[in-house]
Amino acid sequence: MIEAERLSKVFQDKKRGQVRAVTNVSFRCNPGEIYGLLGANGAGKTTTLRMLATILEPTDGTARVAGFDVVKEPDKVRANVGFLSTATALYGRLTAQEMVEYFARLYGLDESTIHRRINDLFTRLEMNDYRDRRCDKLSTGMKQKVSIARTLVHDPPVMIFDEPTVGLDVMAARTIVQFIRECRSNGKTVIFSTHVMSEVEKLCDRIGIIHGGLLLAEGTLADLRQKYGMQDLEDIFVGIVESFHQKEGVAS
Amino acid sequence: MSLHNVGVVYRKELRDSLRDRRTLISMIVVPIVIMPLMTIGIGVLSAKLVGKAMEEVPKVMILGGQDSPEVTSELKALKEVDFVRASPDYAEQISDKLIRAAVEIPPHFDADIENGQTSTVKVYHYSGDLKSGFASEKIVKFFNDLRDQTVKQHLAARNLPASLVQPFDVMQQNVAPPEKVSGAAIGGFIPYFIIILCLTGAMYPAIDLTAGEKERGTIETVLCSPVPRTDLVLGKFFMVLTASLSTGILAMISMGATFVAAKHMLAALIGKDNPLQFSIGLEAIFTVFLMVIPVAVLFSAGLLAIALFAKSYKEAQSYISPLMIVVIIPAIVALLPGTELNARMALIPVLSTSLVCKEITSGTYHWSYIAMIFASTCVYAAAALAIAVKLFQREDVLFRT
Repeated sequence: MIEAERLSKVFQDKKRGQVRAVTNVSFRCNPGEIYGLLGANGAGKTTTLRMLATILEPTDGTARVAGFDVVKEPDKVRANVGFLSTATALYGRLTAQEMVEYFARLYGLDESTIHRRINDLFTRLEMNDYRDRRCDKLSTGMKQKVSIARTLVHDPPVMIFDEPTVGLDVMAARTIVQFIRECRSNGKTVIFSTHVMSEVEKLCDRIGIIHGGLLLAEGTLADLRQKYGMQDLEDIFVGIVESFHQKEGVAS
Repeated sequence: MSLHNVGVVYRKELRDSLRDRRTLISMIVVPIVIMPLMTIGIGVLSAKLVGKAMEEVPKVMILGGQDSPEVTSELKALKEVDFVRASPDYAEQISDKLIRAAVEIPPHFDADIENGQTSTVKVYHYSGDLKSGFASEKIVKFFNDLRDQTVKQHLAARNLPASLVQPFDVMQQNVAPPEKVSGAAIGGFIPYFIIILCLTGAMYPAIDLTAGEKERGTIETVLCSPVPRTDLVLGKFFMVLTASLSTGILAMISMGATFVAAKHMLAALIGKDNPLQFSIGLEAIFTVFLMVIPVAVLFSAGLLAIALFAKSYKEAQSYISPLMIVVIIPAIVALLPGTELNARMALIPVLSTSLVCKEITSGTYHWSYIAMIFASTCVYAAAALAIAVKLFQREDVLFRT
């Protein structure tokens, strides 16, 4: 379960002064559900997800993730979250197995659990052929799988994906999409950010449209289609963003 | 803070770094290779150059002396000098290295000697030029010998004892033990090299573990784990410290081996009077190592903090390279002759350690200074580590855009 309550983040920038990256974002995502955060680059997606993952501390507001408060109990939140981001961030000089083992240890798993979980994951993701190969020698698809195994090793109830398919080829992106679906069918709470409309249409149970740090619209795809009277998600998205800018223009 | 977490991070960073060629070069190859190269390499090279200069039969010009056939023929009989014909441009010829020196024999020189008259022989040479120096020394020695011989003859002719012109001898006697003499000369270099290598050994891992991690994007992933940030930064810090100290230790071992080898080589070549007549005791080595530990902590924590600011590997390198000069300067100041430890200097990090280690290697133990320097460096090191830990908690440093 994820419950964001008026999450806000202000950054201090030397040149621009105070920058409001996210303002009063509230939403809810239930177990067994995929919540898609849809927005252009710089909309505030990554900042929102980083606050949920406790990498960044909210300036205002809070969120409860897996029943724990991100501000008061960040350690407990982290223990219950799996975070996968754009970059296939791996330690190139470690082998696939060492990489996953390292994270299992960071998550405080005991050695017998680590052994069991790794065997299980490597078999399920068909990674046994390259478990002793160094990460920098792996193909993008293989690296993606190592990242997935790393994210899943502590079997977290909440999964956060920050634009996981950016820069991937069709096959590698498919692996990720499939993996996200599996997470949902295993009853996990899933939130993911993207600017790819088709992914949202394919995957998400509920969609939040974020722009300029504000959550402008929220609902199921059917809700949004009905509310804005359009079929295509891209049209809906552009319509929402444009009407926001019109209002902004009037206000100023 | 959990030691288990720190250990998990440390072991991973150690394994990761030991597979990195660049770390291995700075941590193992450089300290092992640089010392033999610096000492034996430069030693052999300079010995060869000096030997070559000494072997050369120098060309020397005789000016005047036509009316003094006796001295001229004796001079020309010198085997290790090649005499050339007189020419008025002798000074230019010396400058152009066509000849090495020139000797001017004053008029009536033979007659003056005979009559007991004083005259002056001039030897022209190019000051600072090794070969010219050797040539002029040979000529000067010839005339000194001739003078001594003349004095003896004159005394004998008058039935006077030789002690008349040399009523007593003056002799300098060294009381410092040999290890102190050479310790003072060579000892300064030892801590200097160890300190510099402790810095270079820590440099690469410090960058790799911070800015490198940002560049690869792994920092975000690792920050998502429940391990507190203090544990993460301490695990990384201990890895950098390991690299720094192992570089220092390897440098010490390599240096020790080099000196022992050089000593044996020189003993075989020259005998007992070789310039490496010294030994540094185990106690001194141990104390030097002890004094270097807080410096290595200071370097490791400082480098970690600086590199953490950088967004990329290159940026980190551009921050850290000038630091090398900041560290080398105090270390060089300590090497300068006459720089002596005092209470104010004891508070300057790096310089104080360099100075006190120089004293220790020459066998002098000022315990109050040793304690003061150890304590002050520990304070600086602790402050640097506290800054590194603090920076690792700051979002604007970790996610600088």
